[in-house]
Amino acid sequence: MRTSGQDQQKVHNFWQRLHIDVPLLIGILLLLTLGLFLVYSAGGQETAVVYRKARSIGVALIGMFIVAQIPPLVYRKWAVPVFILGLLMLIGVLLFGHVGKGAQRWLDLGFIKFQPSEIMKLIVPIMIAWYVSQDNLPVKISTVVLAFILVLLPTLLIAKQPDLGTSLLIASSGIFVIFLAGASWRLIGVCLGLASAFAPILWMFLMKGYQKQRVLTFLNPEQDPLGSGYHIIQSKIAIGSGGIEGKGWLQGTQSQLEFLPERHTDFIFSVFSEEFGLIGVGALLALYLFVVMRGLWIAVNAQHAFTKLLAGSLTLTFFVYVFVNIGMVSGLLPVVGVPLPLVSYGGTSMVTLMLGFGILMAISTHRRFHV
Amino acid sequence: MSPRRVVIRNQSAEANLFARRAFIAFTGVVLVLLILFGNVYNLQVESFEKYQTRSNSNRIKLLPVAPNRGLIYDRNGVLLADNKPVYSLEVIAEDVEDIKASIVEVSKLLNITPERQRKFFKSMKRKRRFKPVELHSRLSDQQVALFSVNQHKFPGIFVNARLKRYYPFSDLTTHNLGYVARINRKDANKLALDGKSENYAATYGIGRLGIERYYEDMLHGTIGHQEVEINNQGRVIRTLNYTPPVPGKDLTLTLDIELQMIAKRALSGKRGAIVAMDPRTGGILAMYSNPSYDGNLFVHGISTKNYKKLLESKDLPLINRSVQGYPPASTVKPFLALTGLEENIITPTTIVNDPGWYKLEGLPNKYRDWATWGHGKVNLTKAIIKSCNTYFFDLAFKLGITKISNMMEKFGFGDYTGIDIYEENKAIMPSVAWKRARYNQHWYTGDTLNVGIGQGYWTVTPLQLTQALTTLVNHGERKVPHLLKANSELIIESSGNAYHQITPVIYEPRAPLKLKVDNHWEVVLNAMHKAAAAYDAFKGSTYDASGKTGSAQVARIKQGEEYDAKTTSENKRDNAMFIGFAPYDNPEIVVAVAIENVAIGGGGTNAGPVARQMMDQYFGDRVITRQTLKAKKSTKAKPKFDSTIKTIPQEAD
Repeated sequence: MRTSGQDQQKVHNFWQRLHIDVPLLIGILLLLTLGLFLVYSAGGQETAVVYRKARSIGVALIGMFIVAQIPPLVYRKWAVPVFILGLLMLIGVLLFGHVGKGAQRWLDLGFIKFQPSEIMKLIVPIMIAWYVSQDNLPVKISTVVLAFILVLLPTLLIAKQPDLGTSLLIASSGIFVIFLAGASWRLIGVCLGLASAFAPILWMFLMKGYQKQRVLTFLNPEQDPLGSGYHIIQSKIAIGSGGIEGKGWLQGTQSQLEFLPERHTDFIFSVFSEEFGLIGVGALLALYLFVVMRGLWIAVNAQHAFTKLLAGSLTLTFFVYVFVNIGMVSGLLPVVGVPLPLVSYGGTSMVTLMLGFGILMAISTHRRFHV
Repeated sequence: MSPRRVVIRNQSAEANLFARRAFIAFTGVVLVLLILFGNVYNLQVESFEKYQTRSNSNRIKLLPVAPNRGLIYDRNGVLLADNKPVYSLEVIAEDVEDIKASIVEVSKLLNITPERQRKFFKSMKRKRRFKPVELHSRLSDQQVALFSVNQHKFPGIFVNARLKRYYPFSDLTTHNLGYVARINRKDANKLALDGKSENYAATYGIGRLGIERYYEDMLHGTIGHQEVEINNQGRVIRTLNYTPPVPGKDLTLTLDIELQMIAKRALSGKRGAIVAMDPRTGGILAMYSNPSYDGNLFVHGISTKNYKKLLESKDLPLINRSVQGYPPASTVKPFLALTGLEENIITPTTIVNDPGWYKLEGLPNKYRDWATWGHGKVNLTKAIIKSCNTYFFDLAFKLGITKISNMMEKFGFGDYTGIDIYEENKAIMPSVAWKRARYNQHWYTGDTLNVGIGQGYWTVTPLQLTQALTTLVNHGERKVPHLLKANSELIIESSGNAYHQITPVIYEPRAPLKLKVDNHWEVVLNAMHKAAAAYDAFKGSTYDASGKTGSAQVARIKQGEEYDAKTTSENKRDNAMFIGFAPYDNPEIVVAVAIENVAIGGGGTNAGPVARQMMDQYFGDRVITRQTLKAKKSTKAKPKFDSTIKTIPQEAD
């Protein structure tokens, strides 16, 4: 028993030295592998699409590994300057950003083209976690108000691009920090009240025509079944016709015959549901729950308020992806461009997510650092 | 930002607070997951059937497959209506990269006219996605070959083969067969009204005239279906299920195409019609109206220019003269004689004196016989042989119009014969009531006298003449004139054996015409027999023919005026008529001939020889044989049969 205990310890130390959290890694790898199979099915069974996805996975894994080596202390030190730089870049995007698909999201620096909003998904929770962990928890009202303003700045800049999905994710990452930092329930109630008061203003002044249309379509998709309602109707048909056992991998008629739009990106959950049925859906949701549980476990066991808040926020934001994506393709939420995390095709958002998991792993494995 | 402050932290209180909040968040996560799962459960289990149905209706489409139209044969199995593949050049625009450039290039290659290209781009505007549009409707074999070699250069452009109707004998059979033409809106409405739209979903054409129209339901067959899986753009991915169409029934007609050719040849250069019938059955052996036209022109959609030419032709080729009314003239004298016998107005030995004219007491008009000096003393037989007008003026006067028309209606004059084409005309059997209704006038005795020599208001169709003659030679037994002999159906047994099941069509005989004295049939037939023996037209014939000539005035000749064909304008010249049958005992064929506006002579010199040619052909002195037909067919090309027909020796007058 002793020897096996020692062996276990050795294995543990090995991963510890690599700064890899094994349960989290297993969960992530399972989701990524599922993504590869689904992208093959949804992408017209072309291996080229699978290769591209595998390449992004490789890049993302390396990125995650590198980030995991950095002690969380470093993020805290650089939180403010990086946040300011991020804001400047978002302003830059609005001024001379690259336009693609009707939205201004890309910044072209000559040698590299990237989306500052993606990096802000990491910077914002770091910044807010740094800011609220200055004082003892629970947070004071004044801190909350200021933190809200700090969240609102990048959120609005991104909403203006327009990128409703990302701004939603960034806003929630900040709000999760405030929530986990123990903001009083009354305060949370007031904030929710303000948010609902803000909704009509959002509707009238900030939302673009197509975004309003999405909300209207969500409320009644059958009103325009061949136009704006087409996506959601076809998606629901795909999910519903999957039944309990599903039609089988590569056998989903809605996806294989291309009735389903955006199959390998935002609507990949519909492909999955059609081909693997309710049993598959149950397993997938359990897998996501597992990843979230592991993330929260890391957060609870983190040694400092900053790392706790950061880990918690990253984990819950990951879950927001799951909720918004599945909610929208199954008709519970209006369509906003949020991918199914780690499964959908699309390198950028996956790399960001994986970097976030790198931070989680860093928090999980760099236990001994002091203030 | 604010300067770093040193905070004394209460680590465990913070950890507790965080753990509590994390637990609340976790609870929220589980709750949200349950909602998501519940929603998916609702879609996949509760509404499964609804979404499965919608998924299937998304992807499964039924494509109609047109049945092959039944073929039409003559009585000896010669093919009269065929289905031939026609190659069209079609374009699926979605598969073509640069539609304009491709069309221009392929048009250059195949020499497609700019007019067709314009038509193509016009129909492109209102097409459905992934539906092919026709660029050329009928490619030549050469064009098909040329395109096949270059097909790789034109993705999205392809040759499509369809079966279309083809009439190998072109104008020879058009008035009988009619033709198949593209289904127009009127047809579509009618089909919808009859609940047949579904069966015609894939069908190109519909029978427009003649047999093709009358037996449309039999010829058409039943539609088949191909169940296919399609993608979101409507492109067919694969076939799931196939229900083959049931082809239409093949029809065998009573027509004898060889006899039909003789009829065409005999009428060459003339306007007129010939009907030949088998009196034992009522089956039409030949029915030809000259001039005719090529039904094939209508199959592919006739050009406006050609159609206008047909419509405006003074010879009226579109009209089927076999079923149009002509003044019967003396051809009806045997029937009138029979009426006189039946009504006891005359006996076979009753004598009438003919001075060359007939005059009613108290009336100034003289009714002239065709022989200026008259025929002297005339009995029934002589009256028919010599076609003595005076005898029949007297008979008609004594009978009166009512007795005449009552009897003539029993022979089928003035009514449809019931032949299996729809183009038939009733013609006119005048009566007192008819004149009242038509002209609102009294019936005059003069009208009766005209009817007595088959003139005046009376018109008959050549088909009615054959029908009446059939009744006469059958001693009152009446037959239904018809073209359809049998239909054959392809039967496929469950074992896979296939065979044609031939069903002969049975026509119920009509109630016979009974005479008070049965011998009267013989009296009249005998007179016709003797008449034919007197005609030059039948000299030397071997089959014992009988007949009656007729020459109908088309223009009214004034009192004291002489008729001379040479000085009368062409369209006012006499019509030549003839009816005949052979052999005298147990007749096998009855023939009616009508020739319009003959230059010289009358029925005896013009129509009689035509009937002779028909009977010669029928009774074995065959000038067209099946061998010559086959030889002609194997050489292909457009059938122009005139060249194969041996020259028929002209009758010596």
